[in-house]
Amino acid sequence: MSERPDFSAFPDARGHFGQFGGCFVSETLMGALDDLAAMYERLKDDPQFRADFDYDLAHYVGRPSPLYLAERWSKQLGGAKIWLKREDLNHTGAHKVNNTIGQALLAKHMGKPRVIAETGAGQHGVATATVAARLGLECQVYMGAEDVERQKLNVYRMRLLGAEVIPVTSGSKTLKDAMNEAMRDWVTNVDDTFYIIGTVAGPHPYPLLVRDFQCVIGREAREQSLKQAGKLPDALVACVGGGSNAIGLFHPFLNDDGVAMYGVEAAGDGIETGRHAAPLSAGRPGVLHGNRTYLMEDDNGQIIETHSVSAGLDYPGVGPEHSWLKDLGRVKYVSADDKEALSAFRELTQVEGIMPALESAHALAYARKLAPTMSPDQDIVINLSGRGDKDILTVAAIDGIEF
Amino acid sequence: MRRIESCFQRLAEQKRKALIPFVTAGDSSKEVTVPLMHAMVEAGADIIELGVPFSDPMADGPVIQKACERALAHGTSTHDVLAMVKEFRERDTQTPVVLMGYLNPVEALGYESFAKAASQAGVDGILLVDLPPEEALEIKPVMDAHELDMIFLVAPTTSDARIKLIGKAGSGYLYYVSLKGVTGSASLNVDEVAGRVETIRNLAQLPIGVGFGIKDAESAQAVSRVSDGVVVGSALVNQIAANPDNPGAINKAISDILAAMRNAMDQ
Repeated sequence: MSERPDFSAFPDARGHFGQFGGCFVSETLMGALDDLAAMYERLKDDPQFRADFDYDLAHYVGRPSPLYLAERWSKQLGGAKIWLKREDLNHTGAHKVNNTIGQALLAKHMGKPRVIAETGAGQHGVATATVAARLGLECQVYMGAEDVERQKLNVYRMRLLGAEVIPVTSGSKTLKDAMNEAMRDWVTNVDDTFYIIGTVAGPHPYPLLVRDFQCVIGREAREQSLKQAGKLPDALVACVGGGSNAIGLFHPFLNDDGVAMYGVEAAGDGIETGRHAAPLSAGRPGVLHGNRTYLMEDDNGQIIETHSVSAGLDYPGVGPEHSWLKDLGRVKYVSADDKEALSAFRELTQVEGIMPALESAHALAYARKLAPTMSPDQDIVINLSGRGDKDILTVAAIDGIEF
Repeated sequence: MRRIESCFQRLAEQKRKALIPFVTAGDSSKEVTVPLMHAMVEAGADIIELGVPFSDPMADGPVIQKACERALAHGTSTHDVLAMVKEFRERDTQTPVVLMGYLNPVEALGYESFAKAASQAGVDGILLVDLPPEEALEIKPVMDAHELDMIFLVAPTTSDARIKLIGKAGSGYLYYVSLKGVTGSASLNVDEVAGRVETIRNLAQLPIGVGFGIKDAESAQAVSRVSDGVVVGSALVNQIAANPDNPGAINKAISDILAAMRNAMDQ
């Protein structure tokens, strides 16, 4: 990397990270996005807003989440010490709730009685339905019909929480189509509706505010590493779909030159097969869902269908800040395929008694290759972004077991 | 003078309003589009908006989503769309053609090569629904250099300050989106539209076309009384969906709708 930019100065006022990011939406939404950006600008350093956010994270989510030394797995891999940032222990079982707590506070300040969300694996949908229930907000969640099928448990959880889950049957019937449909809803109901986007993608200011809400992960991990390992970690590893758990872990370390970072995309059946969900590894810059970023697209700029065993990573784009960090060379983007992720899922479950989400299993799969190349006095922090309960039916089906 | 500007000037002299049909290029097949464009002109269209199909049409309702799917199912590419315009120009050198779609297919070709090819094919303007003027700083000079008008949207939610900005950024005409929603949504409220168009007139110099929610001769007539042009899309695309394998029936059904609108608007 040639010259290090001041990472905290990005995005710029119009939401750009270099050539990436921005605000590419139809005119009807521009006013709402300007209002949201202005409201966030006003509230983000407001002591009361910060205090409300921190209070909810502590008492409702259960933060700080532990940084757990996976001793047995580290020994087995025979290299660096592996630490797991236990976002799986959060209320609702994943990092997603950090962001929905923050956005729900914004919705409350803006006086919007209704929230909508898109969801892939269902974790963001559950986290949104949860905060909506707590605040008494009407909640509708758009979910690709294919994901509704493979994440039945989360669909039922959302319904129990009082949300309406709307299956989306257009396009590839996965996360991108759910996001299209949520955008269509928002453009129609923009006056009374707050759109809670679940990842660091979408139009400005979403990549900024979702990152800021998720940065609690990295701030805690930094402090915990200094305290528990006596030093900063040598490497960070996180899975990247849209990339909110990864940016949350990475961002507070970006100025620490000695900390290497690895974002792990879903290679699906393998990058070489074309059946994957790895735009940073095998895509090119384009514009989708309100921002310019690396995309999986064909020569005509049509978005390509993605493939991954993990519904939460099954997305053809990625947060624009990741695209920028890739081009700067600050973060290395790699991939793990379905088989590697499933194998890591089983391994962590059996060796540490922790069942990871299939999304997080992609990070574990890469760390499993990385750790043996490092020494026992080095430390890797992996973001264990979610727990695997929601994936039990998927894994069982692969094992040929039906319930 | 560019085709769109002279079109609105001529209409103003005749005290008539522009009838602007929209269809998606390549829907229901590549062969349907050019004859349909000619049929629409014969039925009274003044400007044609030709949709460039996109895999993720976020601002469109189900009718135009499906039109995109049909067009993409047999591989209608941006180059194909430009070839259709070129073929249309062999017989019609007057009627302005505006390409309407999303930014990504344009970015995929590159601004310069897209603009050059579009201009050579005889395209007059582009309207990219996910490109607000703030993000158009790079593309605009390229389009200008090739004499392509950039048409921007104004919405019910657009502030006065933004209307001024959009009025300065655009050329050709402004497209006023009559309601909050996607294409093909419920009916518009003519009184509300009249009030907004009045506001836009005071803040921007360009002619104003109104779209979204115009379904029939009656709504076209009502909107034409308060605007400079009327855009009709989903109501026409519905006719393609109803007769995908019958180009003759498509042309007839769409021509009938446009002729009725033309007649009502000219009264």
